[in-house]
Amino acid sequence: MSVMRGRGIASANYPTGMNLGGDPTQALVFCQPTGTFSVKLASTDLGQGLKTVIGQIAAEALGVPLESVVVDTGDTDSAPHDMGTFASRATHRAGNAVIMAATEAKKVLLEVAAEEMEAAPEDLEVRDGQVSVKGTPQRTMSVFDIALAAHFKQGRTISGRGIYLKPKSAIDPETGACDPDSTEAHVTTVADVEVDTETGEVTVLRLASAYEVGRQVNPQMVQGQITGGAVMGMAHTLMESVFPYYPALDHHPGNFGEYVIPTAVDLPELHHVVLEYPSSNGPYGVKGVGEMTANSPIPAIVNAIHDAVGVFVTELPVTPEKVLRALRAKEQL
Amino acid sequence: MATQLATHIVTFQLNGRPHAVTVAPLTTLRTALREDLHLHATKAGCGQGGCGSCTVLLDNELVLSCLVPVTLVDGRSVTTLEGIGGPGRLHPLQEAFHDHFAAQCGYCTAGMIMAAKWLLDRNPNPTRAEIQMALAGNLCRCTGYVPIIEAIEDAARRMSKGVKR
Amino acid sequence: MKQLGIVGQSVKRSDGIGHVTGQTEYVDDVFYPGMLWLKMVRSPVSRGRIRRVDTSRAERLPGVTAVVTAKDVPNNWYTILCLIGIEPNDEPVLADEEVMYEGEPICAVVAETEDIAREAASLVKLEIDEQEPVLDVEYALTADAPAIKKWGNNTFMYDGMNHRRLRFGDVDRGFEEADHIVEGTYQMTPIEHVPMETHVCVVKPEPNGRLTIHSNTQALYFTMDNTAIILKVPSNRLRLVGGTVGGGFGGKVDVITEPVTSIAAMKTGRPVKWRWTREEEFRRSSVRGACKMEYRDGVMKDGRIVARKVRSIHDAGAYHRHSPYGVQKNMANLPGPYSIPNVWVDCYCVYTNRQPSSAMRGFAVTEATFAVEVQMDKIASVIGMDPWEIRMVNAYRNGHMRPVRKVVEDATLLETLKAAAQLVGHELPARVRDMHSDDYAGVAEPVQP
Repeated sequence: MSVMRGRGIASANYPTGMNLGGDPTQALVFCQPTGTFSVKLASTDLGQGLKTVIGQIAAEALGVPLESVVVDTGDTDSAPHDMGTFASRATHRAGNAVIMAATEAKKVLLEVAAEEMEAAPEDLEVRDGQVSVKGTPQRTMSVFDIALAAHFKQGRTISGRGIYLKPKSAIDPETGACDPDSTEAHVTTVADVEVDTETGEVTVLRLASAYEVGRQVNPQMVQGQITGGAVMGMAHTLMESVFPYYPALDHHPGNFGEYVIPTAVDLPELHHVVLEYPSSNGPYGVKGVGEMTANSPIPAIVNAIHDAVGVFVTELPVTPEKVLRALRAKEQL
Repeated sequence: MATQLATHIVTFQLNGRPHAVTVAPLTTLRTALREDLHLHATKAGCGQGGCGSCTVLLDNELVLSCLVPVTLVDGRSVTTLEGIGGPGRLHPLQEAFHDHFAAQCGYCTAGMIMAAKWLLDRNPNPTRAEIQMALAGNLCRCTGYVPIIEAIEDAARRMSKGVKR
Repeated sequence: MKQLGIVGQSVKRSDGIGHVTGQTEYVDDVFYPGMLWLKMVRSPVSRGRIRRVDTSRAERLPGVTAVVTAKDVPNNWYTILCLIGIEPNDEPVLADEEVMYEGEPICAVVAETEDIAREAASLVKLEIDEQEPVLDVEYALTADAPAIKKWGNNTFMYDGMNHRRLRFGDVDRGFEEADHIVEGTYQMTPIEHVPMETHVCVVKPEPNGRLTIHSNTQALYFTMDNTAIILKVPSNRLRLVGGTVGGGFGGKVDVITEPVTSIAAMKTGRPVKWRWTREEEFRRSSVRGACKMEYRDGVMKDGRIVARKVRSIHDAGAYHRHSPYGVQKNMANLPGPYSIPNVWVDCYCVYTNRQPSSAMRGFAVTEATFAVEVQMDKIASVIGMDPWEIRMVNAYRNGHMRPVRKVVEDATLLETLKAAAQLVGHELPARVRDMHSDDYAGVAEPVQP
């Protein structure tokens, strides 16, 4: 009886957007009289940070400071349609819609500025809230003053409409031919575990992952998904089941004493690197990263257990009972 | 049943000020805070003492406010997240949680910060393992805990340097 | 990659100060004067016929203002999939004739306080003729099993078929060519999302006849449109307010609280809050469905997988929810991110008498990844190959044709394998060390359309 160590790996792809498409998101952008840009959308922030990244994308597309962008989400009376936050779609869909809306608003902004500055719109650029003539940086005008002029002098609305829709496609019922994604993110995870062959207990020592997620809008938030997902994936592998004796209904848990999720003391060492290969259709090359992070740790841990003690435990969760039963079955072979 | 029982008046110090609530006897401290006093930082995550989202300090000891009948706090002192800092006057723990992205959905955050405050009040320079143990009664499903632990380490450093407390 | 300005920078969360000071307003933080509380009466059995629902004692309890039963639901179908073309409707909002899982909603009580509502719910008397539940998916697929669905069997019907299928190349020929056959069966059991915030909904009737619905749904318009269909009102009567959610993970896309809470608010003319208990979250809300995946792979000595046959059975639980969609997503991902010339996949969406499953983070792909990646190690151990090498040899490259007949683009699997090896200091076998996703020179032959 002893504690055995093992290492396992797992790779994975993850599709961005709803399977088969057909999931639009819209955004509206308008400029207030003093140059604040309001972004209206009905998308939901589940904690992943959508409100923040949408502000970043809008500021980037408009050429204005982040502080002058106000993101208003979550009210169907004031914002256009969004399909919802799921399918690793929110940043991809809403981001694209926001860029489209911001681009239209920026076009008007430059037209207003062109009239005020007596220049051609195509000769102008916006940076840090200032419009300037390309190559002649001393000829500038602030977005603040351009917005005032638009409202009270030229009578124009600096606003834009955006939508992203990947049209819905069908599945061929005979062959299964279909279009299941907008792009694919990828990952490889390495798990190091200890298995106690006396108790069957598995301890995850380390999870190290290399992710490729397209362009990161906010790297700390991507890291937040990776770290949170790693711990969730570990818990799926070793701890969690609503029906621990599936398909029987016994021991159906109703509280945190019966359904155990990890606490701060249950953490493995966590490492990761993130590669960025921009996607062709994501906003600035984004791919979806929200869902995939709990996936690869699961098979990596199962494979590490096999490496440690020579058994594949292929029914989740991998409880000590299942490990011991598998070890006993192996001994009896 | 609840409506037919007599109500009680409970007076206690809440975040340094005297407060009184008139409640049914089995009302929990959590319900009194959220529904009678309308301090909403303290969250109702499970009502079973299992998740830590409702963690507050009672006479500077950590309690799960969903398990404490409010009548038991009569004459005592309760501290909630609202009592340790707010926008424009952040506690170092709040600053560090913000800086380290330690709140994702934010639902566990009040309980996490209160548990961390309890720890740092007693142990200003905790080890990582001591921080992990202090958080063992507080669940988070988003972050994987790492940014929370790092925020507490950082807050401890900031506080030991004599930064505002 | 071009450097940008603010995109690519780790700016602090715009809602961060709200979170760390407790000032962020979640749905459970919404209170209105005169607000009522709702509690649900649920089935105590996994399968049965409802003979009688007696709410009289509950209605007599002081403080109870309304009881909502199936008769009060204008369109008593839980319609979430009709908006994306998946029908027929199979789930009542409130059960009236039969119950299909333990915990199925039957009627709601509305009262002045949460405590009174809870007590009133316990006073509702249910008379249900219990039937033997169908719990095992393999049994559910047999002719012996009672059909628990009105259309006469226990599977979702896709284009007249009881499964979704993928057919690519000639899988039998692939098995004949193969040096080894490797089989594996992989089972995931149901998992709960466990957001720290349970389902909460607050509905306030407005003076102009509209309803303001505060919801922690992950999809506001989807929830609004489905609620309107169930209430049989034009959607201009509804305003959904949300956007701030205390964790979702796919568990809050079911439109499961808004219709009944809205009916209660309409019936009483007062604001109503329905807050799920943690026990309801665990035992009554949708879960990640159990999924059993059986793999049979034909493999060459050099590691190439030349045939892959998969049978996948998804346990949807009692009702569709989003499972028929998930099964299609599962199908597309069961071959894995590998170039395999011959693939055969059959995916079944099977109903049982357990709490319904629905979307969860990684919906149906988590399951596929678990199965594919353990199977890859199984292959590696059977043929005596390094686990890194088996993946790199088979990894799909840009330009390859996937079994769903979509040409691979944005492939970076090999790049992550190489980066992961570097991260942990693992030296890759020389044969695969320089492989990359734009290179067809690997051992796996590019498969052309």
